[in-house]
Amino acid sequence: MDIANLLSFGLNTLLPILAGVLLISIPLMISVAYLTLAERKVIAAMQLRKGPNIVGPFGLFQPFADAIKMITKETIVPSGANRLLFMLAPMMTFILAMVAWAVIPVGLDFNGNPLVLADINLGILYLFAVSSLGVYGIIVAGWASNSTYAFLGALRSAAQMVSYEVSIGFIIVTVVLLNGSMNLTDIVNAQKDYWNALLLFPMFILFFISALAETNRSPFDLPEGESEIVAGYFVEYSSMSFGLFFLGEYANMILMSAMTVLLFLGGWLPPLDIAAFHAIPALIWFLFKVAMVLFCFLWVRATMPRYRYDQLMRLGWKVFLPLSLAMVVLTAAYVVYGR
Amino acid sequence: MASVLQTARTWLLWEIVSGLGKTLRYFFKPKYTINYPYEKGELSPRFRGEHALRRYPNGEERCIACKLCEAICPAQAIVIEAEARDDGSRRTTRYDIDMTKCIYCGLCQEACPVDAIVEGPNYEFATETHEELLYDKKKLLDNGDRWEAQIAKNLEADAEYR
Repeated sequence: MDIANLLSFGLNTLLPILAGVLLISIPLMISVAYLTLAERKVIAAMQLRKGPNIVGPFGLFQPFADAIKMITKETIVPSGANRLLFMLAPMMTFILAMVAWAVIPVGLDFNGNPLVLADINLGILYLFAVSSLGVYGIIVAGWASNSTYAFLGALRSAAQMVSYEVSIGFIIVTVVLLNGSMNLTDIVNAQKDYWNALLLFPMFILFFISALAETNRSPFDLPEGESEIVAGYFVEYSSMSFGLFFLGEYANMILMSAMTVLLFLGGWLPPLDIAAFHAIPALIWFLFKVAMVLFCFLWVRATMPRYRYDQLMRLGWKVFLPLSLAMVVLTAAYVVYGR
Repeated sequence: MASVLQTARTWLLWEIVSGLGKTLRYFFKPKYTINYPYEKGELSPRFRGEHALRRYPNGEERCIACKLCEAICPAQAIVIEAEARDDGSRRTTRYDIDMTKCIYCGLCQEACPVDAIVEGPNYEFATETHEELLYDKKKLLDNGDRWEAQIAKNLEADAEYR
């Protein structure tokens, strides 16, 4: 193969992939930016305030003002920190949050094929693996900062994410058992008649709560616990290295919402099988449902106080784990004997 | 029975659901935010803001340099020097208030026998330097001229309670 051939081969295979990556990641970044605004607006509204409304109409340019401010700040590396790991940690968190989106089907194209970067058969396993890796970014950040607050936050976060991953794993097993596939597109298609949220309602609630814990959101935000350990694992971070943690955390929130929608709320399928609903594109349905789940994330944050650490562990190991385990057995029995 | 109900409430996440319901109701309520500086809140006539030295309607300054305000000031923010004027009346030659020492307690206006020093309704007098907040007699008299209408109205509104 001569160089021209090689080049054209490379371009032909790489360009569509690159375009796909950009088509996923740029809207994702914009969604993250507006999620921060939505969070401030929603929480403000629930506290009878108005939230940001000065920068642009209804404060719509606020995320960009924040981004410019963050980028132009100085990056400070503490003198006791491990420089390499300190700079690597936010990148790990951010990259892992983005990489997970490769297998998320966001809708259907005009031919009825799923809109997804990599339609792999083990999509859900991949998602599970990537979201588990996310804890490394946090633990590395806490260790490399060489600060007690950061280290405590990282330890809490690691323990919390590991605990809730166990129950999330079992919940996912129930879904996989019921729908008979690990491919996210197939799981969505299997929900054509009844959403999993109806059949596995307790699991849906458990999954949502575990998702809150998994993304370190309130009421399980004690890795950040600003009233106890300042800001947790990212105390020592500033400027864009802090920004990457922030982006990663919010991208993870959107990811968990997308997973909730795919696993339990029928993905891009309309709620009722009627023509008027089918007229709306699948992508819009998917985005709408994700937005609704995200609203619940913010809603919970405006409502609930933070859990104590032992309560969090008790809930994870002594309530969620037995419940989801029992549900795995029940679902398996139903799948084998029930139908 | 009670314990069964309690258990049911726990497992149905009753407290959490009712909490979520409450926040959702608040989400749709009208908001209390005042869009300062575009909107401003109501001020009481007793509001103790920026100081002003008042004049009589004929333009004569009210202050007779009795120094009661200087004496009562708990923060010792007021400095007064006085001399007889050419027409023989007792007047201040210097009336300084350090606005960064002042605690806005209002004792100076309570002490004043002629309603000369008052705390007006203005609270937007932030400056960029400390020196600008060291008010002298001229600045205070100017404040008096600028806010006289409002101050007179507030004093009248509050008079019946004194």
